[in-house]
Amino acid sequence: MTAEIIHRLHFAFTITFHYLFPQLTMGLALLIMVLKTVALRTGSETWDRAARFWGRIFAINFVFGVVTGIPMEFEFGTNWARFSRLSGGVIGQPLAMEGVFSFFLESAFLGLFLYGEKRISKLMHWFSAVMVFLGSWISGFFIIVTDAWMQHPVSYTRMPDGHFEVISFWQLLMNPWGLLQYMHNMTGAVVTGSFVMAAVGAFYLLDGRREDYARIFLKVGVIAGVISSVLIIFPTGDLAGKYVAQYQPAAIAAMEGLFKTETGAGIVLMGQPNEETGQIDNPIVVNDVLSFLIYGTTKAEVKGLDQFPQDQWPTALPLLFYAYHIMAGLGTWFVLLMVVATLLLWRGRLFTSRWALWALLLSFPLPYIANTAGWMTAELGRQPWLIYGLMRTSEGFSSTVSASNGLFTLLGFMGLYALLGLLFTVLIYREIDHGPEPKKPATEAAAAD
Amino acid sequence: MMGFLWFWLVAVMIVGYVVLDGFDLGVGVLHLFLVRTETERRATLASIGPVWDGNEVWLLAGGGTLYFAFPLLYASAFSGFYLPLMIVLWLLILRGVSLELRNHIDVGVWRALLDGVFGFASALLTIFYGAALANVLRGVPLNADGYFFLPLWTNWQPGVLPGILDWYTVIGGLVALVALTLHGALWLSLKTSGDLEQRARTVVSPLWLILIALTVVSLFATIAVRPASLDNYFRYPVTFIVPVGVVASLAAIRLWNRKRQPLKAFLASCLYLFFMLAGACWGLYPVLLPDSTGAANDITLARAISGPHTLAVGLAWWLVGMALAVGYVVFVYSRFKGKADAHAEGH
Repeated sequence: MTAEIIHRLHFAFTITFHYLFPQLTMGLALLIMVLKTVALRTGSETWDRAARFWGRIFAINFVFGVVTGIPMEFEFGTNWARFSRLSGGVIGQPLAMEGVFSFFLESAFLGLFLYGEKRISKLMHWFSAVMVFLGSWISGFFIIVTDAWMQHPVSYTRMPDGHFEVISFWQLLMNPWGLLQYMHNMTGAVVTGSFVMAAVGAFYLLDGRREDYARIFLKVGVIAGVISSVLIIFPTGDLAGKYVAQYQPAAIAAMEGLFKTETGAGIVLMGQPNEETGQIDNPIVVNDVLSFLIYGTTKAEVKGLDQFPQDQWPTALPLLFYAYHIMAGLGTWFVLLMVVATLLLWRGRLFTSRWALWALLLSFPLPYIANTAGWMTAELGRQPWLIYGLMRTSEGFSSTVSASNGLFTLLGFMGLYALLGLLFTVLIYREIDHGPEPKKPATEAAAAD
Repeated sequence: MMGFLWFWLVAVMIVGYVVLDGFDLGVGVLHLFLVRTETERRATLASIGPVWDGNEVWLLAGGGTLYFAFPLLYASAFSGFYLPLMIVLWLLILRGVSLELRNHIDVGVWRALLDGVFGFASALLTIFYGAALANVLRGVPLNADGYFFLPLWTNWQPGVLPGILDWYTVIGGLVALVALTLHGALWLSLKTSGDLEQRARTVVSPLWLILIALTVVSLFATIAVRPASLDNYFRYPVTFIVPVGVVASLAAIRLWNRKRQPLKAFLASCLYLFFMLAGACWGLYPVLLPDSTGAANDITLARAISGPHTLAVGLAWWLVGMALAVGYVVFVYSRFKGKADAHAEGH
C-alpha cells in the first residue's frame, strides 16, 4: 500500500470513529436543554431526572468524543504536514477557535452540570445545560468552516512559496458552502439524538418498565425526530445538493452515477456503477427526476462524468455512489417512520402500538450510518482534491512519514478503537438498563468496602 | 513585533496546559501509591473529576494556536515527532477512558485494572511531555525544507542524529515526572482531608529533594547539549531573574508546605513550572526548533510565522476568547473550591 492510501485511511478511520460520539452529543445537547426547560418551568422532578439521565449518557459520549477528537487535530500535523504547512494560516484559525471558544465553554459548564448541581441554583443548572448546548454547536460550526474551505476555498491568496493566506477572515467564516453544510450537518446530529432518545423510550415501553420516563423520551424524541428528518431533506439537503451540483459537478455526476451527459436525466435509485463500461449495472431508474431535483425542470441538461478528464473523477467512485445512496435512502426512511410515529402520537396510540415501538427501537443505528455516509459523500466527492481545485490529496500527506510508520499507528488505532467501542457499548447499555432513577447514594457503596 | 508576541502567546498556552493538566496528571501518578481505601480514592478522583477534561482543552487550544500562528513549525514538528505523538494520543485516550469508566464500574477487579491504567498512562504522559520539551531544546536533524523524522531511539546520545529518547531527553522526562507528581501532591493536600491530606503533605519532602537535584542536572545538561541556550541571558542579563524565580519558587514550595498552607504551596509550584518553561522558551528565542546537524536549518520565528492579516485577526479573537476562557476556569474552580467531596453523587 502506498503512503498516500495509508494516510487517507488513517484519517478516514479515526474521524469516522470519532464522529460517532459528537453527532450524539450535539443532538442530545439540544434535547437535554428541552428537558431542562420543561423541568424548570413545571418544577417536575421526573423531567429533571430525565435530563440528568441523558446528561449521564451525554457525559460518556463526551469523554469518548474528547479522547478520539484530540487525534484529529494532531493528524493535520502528523499525517498531513505538507497540507498543514501551506494552509495552516487559513484553516488553523477556525481549528484554534474551536478550542478557545467552544471547548473551554463546553467542558467548564459540563463539569458544573454533572458535578455541581448541589452547589448551584436551579436556574444556574439550567443555564449550564444551555451553555453546554452552545459550546457543542459552536464547536460544530468551526469544524464545518474548516472543512468548507477545503470543499470550496474562498477569500484566499496564494503566496510565491505556495502557501495560502486569508484575505478576509469574515468571509472565511461566512463561506456559503459552510453555512449550508452546517445546517445540514447539525440537523443530522439532531436526527441521531432524537432517534436514540425515542429508541430508549420504545425499549422501556416494550420491556414494560419505567413507563413515565418512556413517554417523555418518546414524545420529545418523535417530535424532534419528525422536525429534523424533514429538515434534513428539505431545505438543507436540497440546498446542499444544488450547491455541490454547481461547484463540484464531477462529484454530483459520480454521486448519481451519471457517466454520460443527459437532458432530462433520470435518477438511479439502485445499481452498481461500472467504471470499465461507463454505465450502471442492474439499474433502477426514474426518468427526468435528477434534472428536476437539480434545476427544477425535467428538461435540464445534467453534466455527466464524460465532461471531465478522468484524472478529475472522484477516486473512489463506487464507494461515493453507494455512500450517497445509503444516506439518501435512509433519509427517506427517517421521514416515513417519524411521520407515522407523529400521527400515532397525536392520535394517542403510539405508546400502545408495539410494531411502531419496535420500528423506532430497531432504527436507532440508522442515523449513525446515514451521518457517516453523508460525510463520506462530502469527502469522497471532494477527491482527488484536498483543497478543491487547488491542491491534490497526493500533494498533502507527510512525505517524511513512511507507509510503514503510518500502518503501524493505523493498526494501533484500530486495536484501541475496537476496545473503546466495546467498552462504550457496555457502559451505555448499563446506563440505559439502570435508567433515570436516582443512583444508590455513594455513601452506601463506600460503606460496602 | 507580532513574532515576539505570538511566540509568547503560544508559550502562555503551553504553561497553562502544564500548570493545569499537570496537577491531574500528578494526581494520576500519586493515587497508585498514596491512596489506601475506596473512600480516599473517591476523594482523590473527585478532586479532579470536574476539571480534568477542561484542563486538557489547553492542549487542544494551544495546538490550534501553534497551528495557525506557525504552520511550518506545526507541520514539521508533528510529522517529525510522529511516533511519540501517536503514543501520547494513545495514552491520553487510555487515561481519559479509564477515569470515566471508573465512575461507572463497581467490580473490584476491574476497578483495580482501571486505576492501574490511569496511573500508568499519567506517569508515561509526564515523561513524554518532558522528553518532548527536551527534544525541542536539543534540536533535531532538519533538512533544508524544514522537515525531519526521528526514530524513538538510536544510540541514546544527543548527537547529530539523535532519537526521541537519549540520555538528555530522558532527564527531561524525569524532571517532568517528578515536578508534576509534586504538583499533584500539593493539589491533593489542598483538596483532600484527614490521613490522605497528611500523606500527600509528607510525600512532598522527598519529591522536593529529588526535584532540586534534577533541576540542577537538567540545567547543566541543557547548557552542555546546546550552549547557545545561554546567549539570550547574557545579552539581557536582567532575564537571569528567571532562574532566580525557579530557586525562589522551589524554596516557597517547601516553606509553605511545612507551614500547612497548601494553596500557597500549590501556587508556588505553578510558579516553578512557569519559570522553568519560560526559561526554556527564552533560551530558544527566536528559534522555534533548532537544527542538530549544524547546517543552519533552524526553524526560526521569522521563517515559520503566518501572514499579517491572519495574526491581526487572530490576536483580536484570541484576546477575547482567552479572557472568556479564563473567566470560565476561575468560575468553575471557585464553584468547586474547598475540599473535594468523596460522597459527591458525580454523575
